[in-house]
Amino acid sequence: MIVADRKSLEEILAMVADNKKILILGCKGCVTVCNVGGLKEVEILTSSLKIARKKLGKPLDIDIQVLERQCDNEYVAELSESVNDYDGVISMACGVGPQFLSEMYKTQVFYPAVNTTFFGGATQHGVWEERCAGCGTCGIHMFGGLCPIARCAKSLLHGPCGGSSEGICEVNADTECIWDSIVKKKMEAGQLEDLMGVKGLKDWTTARDGGPRRSIREELVQGKI
Amino acid sequence: MSELKSGSNLEKVLTAGHFAFTGECGPPKGANTKHLLGKFKYLKGNVDCVNLTDNQTAVVRMSSLAASSLMVGQGLEPNFQMVCRDRNRLAMMSDILGAHALGVRNMLCLSGDHQSFGNHPQAKNVHDIDSMQLIAMVKKMRDEGKFMNGDDIDVPPEMFIGAACNPFADPYEYRVYRLANKIEAGADFIQTQCIFNMEKFRDFMKKTVDMGLHEKSYILAGVTPMKNAGMANFMKKFVPGMDIPDELINRLKGVEKKDQAEEGIKFALEQVEEFKAMEGVAGVHMMAIEWEHRVPEIAKRAGMLPRPVV
Repeated sequence: MIVADRKSLEEILAMVADNKKILILGCKGCVTVCNVGGLKEVEILTSSLKIARKKLGKPLDIDIQVLERQCDNEYVAELSESVNDYDGVISMACGVGPQFLSEMYKTQVFYPAVNTTFFGGATQHGVWEERCAGCGTCGIHMFGGLCPIARCAKSLLHGPCGGSSEGICEVNADTECIWDSIVKKKMEAGQLEDLMGVKGLKDWTTARDGGPRRSIREELVQGKI
Repeated sequence: MSELKSGSNLEKVLTAGHFAFTGECGPPKGANTKHLLGKFKYLKGNVDCVNLTDNQTAVVRMSSLAASSLMVGQGLEPNFQMVCRDRNRLAMMSDILGAHALGVRNMLCLSGDHQSFGNHPQAKNVHDIDSMQLIAMVKKMRDEGKFMNGDDIDVPPEMFIGAACNPFADPYEYRVYRLANKIEAGADFIQTQCIFNMEKFRDFMKKTVDMGLHEKSYILAGVTPMKNAGMANFMKKFVPGMDIPDELINRLKGVEKKDQAEEGIKFALEQVEEFKAMEGVAGVHMMAIEWEHRVPEIAKRAGMLPRPVV
């Protein structure tokens, strides 16, 4: 899923400093699962903003709503009658949400309340880790099912680099060296030869380097299924 | 290894069977060519070639290519270091051609320290290709006369291709295979990370020789003379991939502070003596960090002078 972190209250307060009435809009998709932008978090942000603004002597009127998904125009359209009742709208979805909103409602301002960080999952309660860089050409099967593009700080295809120490990445003591895991897995499986030789240069055209990406499923476009 | 690939002095020294002695020089944090040329004077005649580091530890410095060119102008031979952190494949191929045009004939292909260690940690890194692929890319350009897209190169770059090896990083049991892979990819010579743990390096070289890697590439052992116990402590704590035994730190601490530099040099000289006799070691890469002015003395005391003229 897409993982995000909420911006600081100070940052969000600054965004809506001149607003008197706002909507805080949650999303039931990924940000609900990673506990950053679902109903609960919408309510927490609402309370925090109200208290902070009251202290400043500038009370803020806040309505709340949670869409099924903010990355789907079908649900974004649900706001059509109410969206202009507000000075501004805070979106608690990933970076996709406020853009779908901005594209549909061109005269309203949508503030991102979260920083979208990565594609990953929870490794323990309250901890999420990156697993995918969305490079557009998946080859994890060549690396023991572990992605060095997303999980090596240098995206090496032939690691580990000289900074790998006791399974830890040189960049951060809290980060595992994924190449250490790849190599050990291959050695234990007696498949060291898989790591020998030079892999062809990666084609980055399917990644962001090829420009903004688009997926088209013709059968869906044509309404066949 | 009979036919010369680049015609560099380092290649000639090694193919003639001499024990190579290479040096290192960090370009300045500025455009101070006077200071740089001053450092070159200490190295000239005392080493076979000099590594010009490429924004080492991710700290911005004068470009390694520009410094290499200045070195050629002073009659010394550079070993142009190139990291994968700061350039994509276009910039790399372009700089490799430029290096040849400027008279550079040795290259060292590196991944590069992560930018978080340097003085612009907010920078975006590139890592379009990695060091293994860079080695193979230079080889393809040189031997096939082709760019990576298969187009012909009008006058291919002639480079003696170098790669790094750190036997002290983990997992240790894989390091010799990674070295083998670099050699297979096209590394003509190898310069190792600074060696301090001699016991581990002896074991590593035994594995290297057992695999016959020393017959396919020239392996130069990395030596850095410690200036004092503080430097040893700092490197142990803060430089990734360094293995500095407590015995060495205690040895440095065991003498008065004013004598620690001499003790550091003595240890380095003992290392050089052992490397001269160690099977599979074709030379020493002396990384006297910001200590270029001590290189003439170190080279002399190590019995490395005069350098062979080939």
